[in-house]
Amino acid sequence: MRMHPPSAVQRKDLAWLALAVVLAVLPALPAVGGNSFRMHVLILILLFASMAQAWNIIGGYGGQVSFGHSVFFGIGAYGAGMAVVTYGGSPWPGILIGMLTAAVVAVLISYPCFKLSGHYFAIATFAIVEIFNRMFLVWYWVGGALGLDYPLLEEGLRNLMWYDSKTGYYYCALALFALVFGIVRFLERHRFGYYLRAVREGQETAESLGVNSTAVKLGAMALSAALSALCGAFFVQYNFRVDPPMVMSLDMSMKFVLVTILGGTGTLAGPLLGAAVLIPLQEYTRALWGGLGAGVDLIVFGMLIMVIVIKQPAGITGIVRDISRRFDRRPAAAKGGPSLDLA
Amino acid sequence: MTLLDVREVSKKFGELVANDRVSFSVDPGAIVGLIGPNGAGKTTLFNCISGLFAPSSGRVVFDGADITGLPSHRIARLGAVRTFQVVRPLKDMSVFDNVLVGAFLRAPGSAQARATAEACVRMCRLEEFAGKPAGDLPIGCKKRLELARALAAGPKLLMLDEVMAGLTSTEVKGAVELLRRIRDTGVTLLVVEHIMEAIVPIADTLVVLDGGVKIAEGPPGQVTRDERVISAYLGAKFSRRLQARKEERPHA
Repeated sequence: MRMHPPSAVQRKDLAWLALAVVLAVLPALPAVGGNSFRMHVLILILLFASMAQAWNIIGGYGGQVSFGHSVFFGIGAYGAGMAVVTYGGSPWPGILIGMLTAAVVAVLISYPCFKLSGHYFAIATFAIVEIFNRMFLVWYWVGGALGLDYPLLEEGLRNLMWYDSKTGYYYCALALFALVFGIVRFLERHRFGYYLRAVREGQETAESLGVNSTAVKLGAMALSAALSALCGAFFVQYNFRVDPPMVMSLDMSMKFVLVTILGGTGTLAGPLLGAAVLIPLQEYTRALWGGLGAGVDLIVFGMLIMVIVIKQPAGITGIVRDISRRFDRRPAAAKGGPSLDLA
Repeated sequence: MTLLDVREVSKKFGELVANDRVSFSVDPGAIVGLIGPNGAGKTTLFNCISGLFAPSSGRVVFDGADITGLPSHRIARLGAVRTFQVVRPLKDMSVFDNVLVGAFLRAPGSAQARATAEACVRMCRLEEFAGKPAGDLPIGCKKRLELARALAAGPKLLMLDEVMAGLTSTEVKGAVELLRRIRDTGVTLLVVEHIMEAIVPIADTLVVLDGGVKIAEGPPGQVTRDERVISAYLGAKFSRRLQARKEERPHA
């Protein structure tokens, strides 16, 4: 008996590949590509799915719930922003520097914080957001409270800017999505991913099996922060401006956490499912009510989270799994065999 | 050449002395049983050897290297792997994935790790549970999972903390057979056990702790007749029963 049939692994990968192909041809449909608002919603879904997935590395797979990820998101945003605005160049070197800086900052912050366990770690990360928010507000070199406003530059990949059409941004967001999800899918199947989940499930047990839990957590945090910074850089390129409350805020941090919890923490599909629910909710309520609707999406979202936490803590992936079990009459499923392909 | 050398190890928790200058050694290829009444300090000693606690004084030498006070992951890497008395399954991971985590310690890549994990799952008869979350297993299977996971890490010294507690007598027989098979693959075993019927027939040496102090060490036949061991732990009736059983089946 083969315990992990390789065909199941391939099926899951094929399903994701098919999804990527569908996403790649989506702008060719006039109903999507011709509607700038729909494109905008899709771009944000891909961005927030990627960002939630970056958070999921340490928060879901690693079980270290961090409310500090808007700091790394912000560092990436400022990396790109300063390269363009302050130094008048291409955003790309700034993106790389931002990712590296975010990884280093993440390790420096997490090393003492990982000595705290459970809720204390989460509380410590709250404080970090506030510290960075205040610091960037008064730091003249990074633009202070005014933030950075982008000049008009030539559009294209070099400057990572487009004005008339959102197609360029869409494909960049899709590339970002493929990169982040690809990395997590790779981790899921290899040593590091198993070690990370083992540390979440039982640190002493993992240590007894030769896992250096501190190194694993710090490594996951660094990777998670670097990918968050990449998402932040995309965010600033898309908005043409950045200021501290826009990126480094508890609201932003909360969004990354809640998207993942709604979708299902520690699963590959969770961040995408969560973003696919929250982002349209957020954008359509804003379009409908404008400034009056601010926060309506969060009210609805808060209620959704309450229902999820009470009824199905595994999130949307858990609900989908329950439903597919109910309809799936194959004996393998009855015995708790291979679960949902996408999850 | 000894594989594990425990020298004068003491462990104090405040005023409480859990281990008081305990010394013993384990030869490669042997099965050594660590026995004693509840609260004798067996698990504490285990924790000192495996790096969960640092001993208050004394040294632990494993395979020629001083491992006193090293973090447990370093000790596991050197080849001394333990199980826990209170089982610690990685609950949300499948049984197979639990074992796979252990297997990654020695395997160069995922494919080899999977092969090792599969062999260990089979050896501990967990095949039918392989895909289930480890948290859902019945207790007997959780004990076998502890064993399979530690075994997958390819240890030179396997330290088992009461893997047979709570098992039915049929399960104990199977477990004893399994320990023999593991020893035959060249793994040295240090076993904490309460079930004398299980440990006496297979142990080459028994080390007896009482109140944190070593009170006897030697081959099982000699130790089970030792007056101090009988009064501290076995009781006279049990000792006679054990002797009688041995005379019936001298090579059991």
